[in-house]
Amino acid sequence: MADKTTEVRLAFLAALENVANADELEKLRVEYIGKKGYVTDLLKEMKSLSNEEKKTFGQAVNVLKNEVNEKIAEKREDLKKKEIELENSRMPEFDISMPANLERGSYHPITLVQRQCEEIFKSMGFTVEDYSEVVTDYECFEALNIPKDHPARDMQDTYYLDNGQLLKTHTSAAQNAIYKKYRDQLVNEGKPIKAIFPGRCFRNEATDACHENTFFQMEGVMVGKNISISNLIFFMKTMLSEVFRKDIKVRLRPGFFPFVEPGFELDISCLICGGEGCPSCKHSGWLELCPCGMIHPEVLKAGGIDPEEYTGFAFGLGLTRLAMMKYGVKDIRDLNSGSLKTLSQFTDDK
Amino acid sequence: MFISMNWISDFVDLSGIDKLELISKFSLSTAEVENEIFFKGSDVSGIVVAQIKSVEEHPESKKLHLLKVDIGEDELVDVVCGAPNVRVGMKTAFAKLGAKIGEITIAPRKLAGYTSNGMCCSEKEIGISDANDGIMDITEDVALGTDIKSIYDIDDIVFEVDNKSLTNRPDLWGHYGIAREIAALAGRELKPLPTADLSVYNALPKVDLKIEDPLCQRYSCLQFGNISVHKSPVNMRIRLYYCGMRALNFLADLTNYLMLEMGQPMHAFDSRKVEKIRIKRFDKPFTFKTLDGAERKIDENTLMICNGDTPVAIAGIMGGLDSEIVEDTSTLTLESATFDAASIRKSTVRLAHRTDASQRYEKSLDPEMTVTAIARFVDLLTSIDPGAVVVSALTDEYAAKYPEVTLSFTKDFVNRYTGIEISNETIVNTLLSLGFGVKLCEEEFTVKVPSWRATKDVTIKADIIEEITRIYGYDNFDINTVETPLSPVRAAQVKTDEDRIKDTLVKRYSMHELHSYIWAYYDEYKELGIEIEKNVELVNATNPNIKTIRRSIVPTQLCQVKYNTAYDADFAVFEIGKVIEGLKEDGLCNERKKLAITLYSKTKDMEKLYFELRDVLAVLADDIKHEALSFEKAQATHSYQHPKNLNNIFCAGRLIGEIGIVNASVSKKIDKKANIVFAEIDVEEFAKIENASIKYAEPSKFPEIEIDLSFVSEKYAPIAQAIKNANCSLIKSVSVVDTYADENGKSITVRLLFSHPEKTLTKDEVATVVNGIVAELDTNGIKMKAE
Repeated sequence: MADKTTEVRLAFLAALENVANADELEKLRVEYIGKKGYVTDLLKEMKSLSNEEKKTFGQAVNVLKNEVNEKIAEKREDLKKKEIELENSRMPEFDISMPANLERGSYHPITLVQRQCEEIFKSMGFTVEDYSEVVTDYECFEALNIPKDHPARDMQDTYYLDNGQLLKTHTSAAQNAIYKKYRDQLVNEGKPIKAIFPGRCFRNEATDACHENTFFQMEGVMVGKNISISNLIFFMKTMLSEVFRKDIKVRLRPGFFPFVEPGFELDISCLICGGEGCPSCKHSGWLELCPCGMIHPEVLKAGGIDPEEYTGFAFGLGLTRLAMMKYGVKDIRDLNSGSLKTLSQFTDDK
Repeated sequence: MFISMNWISDFVDLSGIDKLELISKFSLSTAEVENEIFFKGSDVSGIVVAQIKSVEEHPESKKLHLLKVDIGEDELVDVVCGAPNVRVGMKTAFAKLGAKIGEITIAPRKLAGYTSNGMCCSEKEIGISDANDGIMDITEDVALGTDIKSIYDIDDIVFEVDNKSLTNRPDLWGHYGIAREIAALAGRELKPLPTADLSVYNALPKVDLKIEDPLCQRYSCLQFGNISVHKSPVNMRIRLYYCGMRALNFLADLTNYLMLEMGQPMHAFDSRKVEKIRIKRFDKPFTFKTLDGAERKIDENTLMICNGDTPVAIAGIMGGLDSEIVEDTSTLTLESATFDAASIRKSTVRLAHRTDASQRYEKSLDPEMTVTAIARFVDLLTSIDPGAVVVSALTDEYAAKYPEVTLSFTKDFVNRYTGIEISNETIVNTLLSLGFGVKLCEEEFTVKVPSWRATKDVTIKADIIEEITRIYGYDNFDINTVETPLSPVRAAQVKTDEDRIKDTLVKRYSMHELHSYIWAYYDEYKELGIEIEKNVELVNATNPNIKTIRRSIVPTQLCQVKYNTAYDADFAVFEIGKVIEGLKEDGLCNERKKLAITLYSKTKDMEKLYFELRDVLAVLADDIKHEALSFEKAQATHSYQHPKNLNNIFCAGRLIGEIGIVNASVSKKIDKKANIVFAEIDVEEFAKIENASIKYAEPSKFPEIEIDLSFVSEKYAPIAQAIKNANCSLIKSVSVVDTYADENGKSITVRLLFSHPEKTLTKDEVATVVNGIVAELDTNGIKMKAE
């Protein structure tokens, strides 16, 4: 009988060798240890054996049954492993060197520089104000100490509208409203006025690579007790060093603007050569950047602020010019062109 | 304006001072100096006085002459010269061998077979005038061989001051005013102007003069005769030339010289033409011929100088041709006057004719200067032409005196304004050096503003601060931060909304931000067939294509879309900008801040594109306001809108904008194959919606029940409304999982998700709610889809 066991065992092992997948394995399992399987059948033959033989044979069949079970389990694991390996091996190697898909939008370059400036000013406690593009003669001129016959109005090529209003020629047109808005906080709570107002300005002039009739400025004012020229220089230097992310030297020259007294033209050390002199600063080492000054007493008065008690400074940064300097835009008209070839290059810049 | 340092040196001793440093100091303290400094005469050397001893015709050339010239050395020099004015005995400027003129070094040179050992020079060649019609004719009595630089002021440093930086400084339109600044900056004395004593002519008859118009502030004049000099001295001509003016004749040069020196424009009339000087305006317009030969239209606002009733000059701008000095003029009348600055400026604009004189008058000249200028004129005239005689008494009508300004301020005021400590002594000395009168009494300064600064420039205390600080030097300032109380700063809602909108559109939807102009694009609208809608208009734009202000960004954006059709098959652009929606009740413009978005696609169908845009807007509302949008069909009212699918957009009960498809009439002109959709949102209206915070609810730990319901309905809206009306807190979400259209119509399958926070829901509980919804829809005629 032992022979019979061995015979079944060898047949099983041979069949197991040829199993290629889970289905075949299951078939094999049923064939040997199912209810009608070969191993089970062996047990049926025990009836004709002596007790002694039954014991020996029974043990042998059990050993065989266990072995078959184990082998099948082993084979199952083996098949699973092979299957995973096969699946893994089917995965192709990808060409990582293919160009990346950079689908992305873009910000207008003015938005980028404006945000950078706003961040700097916000970090120093300035409020960011929004102001209209259409203003009155009073806001744009009268309240800024520029009366009707003042020659400074010749400097302003103004677009007038048929209802008597005009397109603001400078962000200074917002000054009066800002003073009135914050005057009570200044006087009653002792809070200095610290505000910036970025905005679009208009000049009635012919356009070329360097001139636009539509451009952006950012005005800033600070009014309080004892605000001085010394503070103005400190502030401009600190602010501009942040804007250009390097230590900037500034210098002031007298400049005439009716709404400041004294008024200044502010120069910064050339960004290219650092002050040594190069073609981009016409070998002077300096770049004229922005007008600034101590707010004219008449302008404070028009805003309801007593100039005997309060002083302040104001400055006007050309955001359009800043964007052109920063990104090397050569033709100012590109900014309003709407050309995606040009403008889609301005992704985020913080 | 060009400034000659030689001229300045007439009034300030600059010995031992670095002139370039001084010029740069001037630029930082007074007015902007252009970058290029001119070193006049630096490229000329070795030119001497020589006399022509003989002149022979050149045998080969009609133009050339063979000269022998004496240059004060042992032997005469052979020279070939082409100038037409050569003559024996003439003294001229001669460039010796080795002399330098510009880049050229003079060497022996063969001219048509004869060697020339040097060159006779014209004034232009030496660079001292533009006269090039012959070689220089030297009349001075000097030894031959003398370097001409020792007789003429050829070496000079000239710099240019930016006129724009002088608009508020009438006193700086002449060298003497500049010299006052230079003296203050260098810490040197300012010398007085040499002038003649005019009182000696008091006994002579006066000129018949009457100011008949308040626009003339002061009119001073004097008459001269017997002038024999016709050509100005070389040094005078050099200065005029270096300062950008052509030398003409002695009298014209002298008036120009006075103007460049003192800033006072002057005019010389033929005395026969100005027997009765009257200054007035005329009631009616007429034409007038100025001395440049131009016929000019004069209107009733233009101030004229007249001989009785005959106009002879446009006051402060230009003389007339008829009263000009001519060859037989024996006596001339010199005018030195001041006029109302604004009136001159306006006349200049009307006549479109700006002159050196009007440019100065526009700045509000010091009326105190008119007589001093005449006294200076007489001094110069008689020193150059000793035979000239004055034939009238000084005639001077001073109608409107300059405003006398006295200002008082304390030391504390200066400290507060400057933020630094400037000593009393520095303050006093600075103001004195600039011609101010100063008294200091117990920490209070009293300052009298000099006439040349009082006409408009220095009127308040803050102006004095500028005088003190600019001379002190801004580079010498200590810089200090400020001390201010702490207070929180919150940005305006519209500003933060704007930033978030931009971020979402750029970062999430890959859109491109554009800027367009605030006015309608005439040519581009026409090309696209977009109507220009009536709105506020510009009245004075120099560009005829700029007139009507836009009511919406959409049309300007469509023009930009057209411009970009080659950029890509699909793109999305947006702008946040201003529009004007007509006038408000108070007559002011109704300015609104709008967001416009346009999606352009050649690959997506219209419906997909439309919903893409709808979803963008819904995301903006959900993201920024945590609010849903609702829509209401709108009527197309603009030429660019498609009659279908135009919807008004509502958020939290506010109408915030519209979404639509571009009318085929316009979109076909942009691109035949492209689909284009647009939306415009009123950002200010959107910002009024409160930015609600997140509503957090803990997820239920109990199982959810999902129910799918299919209805036969053309629209989703009534289904959504019925679900909303059920007002059931157990419904956690509603979604559309399928839409299907067949011959029976359109059906929509919605999935409702139920859950209870504290227990497992029973089927009956859910069924009650579902049945309610189904029943309500049923009464509205919307049936469940048959299985």
